[in-house]
Amino acid sequence: MIRDITLGQYYPGDSLIHRLDPRIKIITTIAYIAALFIADGFIGLATSAAVIFIVTAVSRVPLSFIMRGLKPIFFIIIFTFIINLFMIPGETLISLFWGLTITKEGLRTAVFMAVRLVLLIIGSSLLTLTTKPISLTDGIESLLKPLKVIKVPAHELAMMMTIALRFIPTLLEETDKIMKAQQARGADFESGNIFHRAKSLIPILVPLFISAFRIAQELAMAMEARCYHGGDNRTRMNAMKMRAGDFVFMVLTLAFIGIIICERYFI
Amino acid sequence: MNDSILKIENLIFEYAQYEDGENVRAVDDVSLEIERGSFTAIIGRNGSGKSTLAKNINGLLLPTSGTVYVNGIDTCDESQIWEVRQTVGMVFQNPDNQLVSTIVEDDVAFGPENMGIAPEEIRLRVDEALKAVGMYEHRKKAPHLLSGGQKQRIAIAGAIAMKPECIVFDEPTAMLDPSGRRDVMNIIKDLNKEGITVVLITHFMEEAASADRVIIMDRGVILADGTPQEIFKESDKIREINLDVPLAVNLADRLRKNGIDVPQNIISTEELIEWVLS
Amino acid sequence: MGIIVKNITHIYSEGLPHETTALDNVSFEINDGEFVGIIGHTGSGKSTLLQHLNGLLKPKSGSIIVGGTDITDPACKLRDIRRKIGLVFQYPEYQLFEETVARDVAFGPKNLGLTEEETEMRVKEALGLVGLSYDELKDKSPFELSGGQKRRVAIAGVVAMKPEVLILDEPTAGLDPKAHRDILDMAEEIHEHEGNITILVSHNMADIARLCDRVIVMDKGHVALAGTPKEVFSDEKRLTDIGLSLPPVSYLMHRLNERNADIKADIMDIDAACREIQRFLGEKG
Repeated sequence: MIRDITLGQYYPGDSLIHRLDPRIKIITTIAYIAALFIADGFIGLATSAAVIFIVTAVSRVPLSFIMRGLKPIFFIIIFTFIINLFMIPGETLISLFWGLTITKEGLRTAVFMAVRLVLLIIGSSLLTLTTKPISLTDGIESLLKPLKVIKVPAHELAMMMTIALRFIPTLLEETDKIMKAQQARGADFESGNIFHRAKSLIPILVPLFISAFRIAQELAMAMEARCYHGGDNRTRMNAMKMRAGDFVFMVLTLAFIGIIICERYFI
Repeated sequence: MNDSILKIENLIFEYAQYEDGENVRAVDDVSLEIERGSFTAIIGRNGSGKSTLAKNINGLLLPTSGTVYVNGIDTCDESQIWEVRQTVGMVFQNPDNQLVSTIVEDDVAFGPENMGIAPEEIRLRVDEALKAVGMYEHRKKAPHLLSGGQKQRIAIAGAIAMKPECIVFDEPTAMLDPSGRRDVMNIIKDLNKEGITVVLITHFMEEAASADRVIIMDRGVILADGTPQEIFKESDKIREINLDVPLAVNLADRLRKNGIDVPQNIISTEELIEWVLS
Repeated sequence: MGIIVKNITHIYSEGLPHETTALDNVSFEINDGEFVGIIGHTGSGKSTLLQHLNGLLKPKSGSIIVGGTDITDPACKLRDIRRKIGLVFQYPEYQLFEETVARDVAFGPKNLGLTEEETEMRVKEALGLVGLSYDELKDKSPFELSGGQKRRVAIAGVVAMKPEVLILDEPTAGLDPKAHRDILDMAEEIHEHEGNITILVSHNMADIARLCDRVIVMDKGHVALAGTPKEVFSDEKRLTDIGLSLPPVSYLMHRLNERNADIKADIMDIDAACREIQRFLGEKG
């Protein structure tokens, strides 16, 4: 059933990581991803891997749960691995048929790239797994606020994301209802060629769009009735506050970046 | 003189129909005053103009001609529109399409946040509003996991948190099941007892019978205006415009036709029972 | 042709933490030509049950036999189920999608594989049955119509499939009193005209009491009560325990009866109530 799909996966919990300020989590995740690409050697990547596994352990999100998120991109990882393996010129390690060769540089790049990708995915999934979508939105809004001077509509973007999050389940339910209703009228979505199937979506899409417009209109009216007038002079009930833990986490992240930079340029 | 919170003078509201470009007059020269602290029910068929009238009360729609005053402020005065909307809260029919946030308590905070109230004060208001509608223990939940009646209670809490003096309910129970309807009606009655002026738009005559004043609208005009007793006395007029009357009124009419002298002021089932047995 | 529902059980999200048993060993029978009401509050399993009757959901166990055909049998073609059973969902006007009324109503018959001529005849007949004028409306966009008319067009879309069983899930939700009465009168007329089984799901006990030959009360995935309206509405205690109420007339008569046993309690229609009160007052003097 459509309702079983979980979008914007969040793994409920109350760990140290869950409790961090979303802004800190967003910044450190970006920093971590940057570090992955700065890291250029075994020590750097090993440190990065160790760090992410420690953070995962602290977050109490089961590793298997994160690994499940890797499945859809498994193919991409294998693909980049093979491309790197064969396409990088250098000192020949093994010669294969058709003049395909695996070089020392190729093997190194392939392994490093694959590890980087896996760590990148784990790092960014940890962010969404430990942060409620709504806090993530708040965090993004707060981080984008300084960009208001160059006319980045931070509040509006965040509000759009919030409404999207709020109405995804509603629209999924609506889709489910409309599909069933048309099925009850004998509509068939499963057989026929692609063209036929695309056509059979019309009885779902038209009512769905009409519903979406109706929702938009009613919601806009309700928001106006509740004095909504954009982000100016707006306050928040749960103002985000940096706590000691957030500073510690930030310092640790800086230390980690330091190690990575040292490893790349001084060792 | 009485102290009125709303004053509507010769309100006309027209909207343009798409295909022929002709204007349709939804509200036609309506004048009305609503007393502070009162409970007024507006009944009428679909398309009778009652919903349009409601949206004119807090400036969601602005009159084509005529004036609407909220606490003496003209709703057309753009500089004070937020004052107007804060004074008159509104709860709509569809419980789903008026909640903004993915967390119940954040949704209730939406109005006060827009008003720029200090965070600690918002917290207090949100907790108080959620307790008033009996949804405090659900404050951390996602709205889409609640029943229709519960969602409607959240919408009411969202209005209460803005500390309005008046709340306009636009068919708040139309999409609810009987238990949801009962809960919402009880909350509305409680709010009125605490001093909030209530304007309730409804199809359900039993709900209208619990108000202190009933206004019947038909084709954009006010057809009748009075206490429930006065209104339901003229039950023929109500049936003529295809609305229902409460069961007790219906039965009393039939008994009267058969020569039994039932007092005119009986409008509820409880009153009828007492009279039959007395 | 009748419906036999035998021991059906349905579980949502089986094996997941939010697993819920929506139907638990539900059995009942509906006889040919009956007008049956189903009542129960939100979450009682009503809508899951309806979707089973229409083949949209398959039970975990049990069977549903409609006119001798087991529709839960995997070999049973969906098209045959749809031909037998028409389901009108809540707020059916939200399913309209075609450019014209006639084409929207034709969607079902066409899916059944009927010819153009047959389809057109069905559309005409169905629009007539729901009380709309074919000639006036056929080329109009369904979206231009009033709320009540839209709902009729949507119901016509199912009626045009000429189902042997017509299920209406809260067909009057959100309508004003006039449109409410009109839709129910229409349901009654269709029932008489087609001689089919009609199943009405409603929260309005007065409507159920007035229209139905038999009532099935659902609660927590079980059939809590079943019988004629008179039988079902005589058990006030059981109904209030599961959060339902009596039709207003029955409620009034029950209250009067409690306080004075001379007044009969088992009265559901207003004329009979009027006579009974008159009799009581006359005897009292």
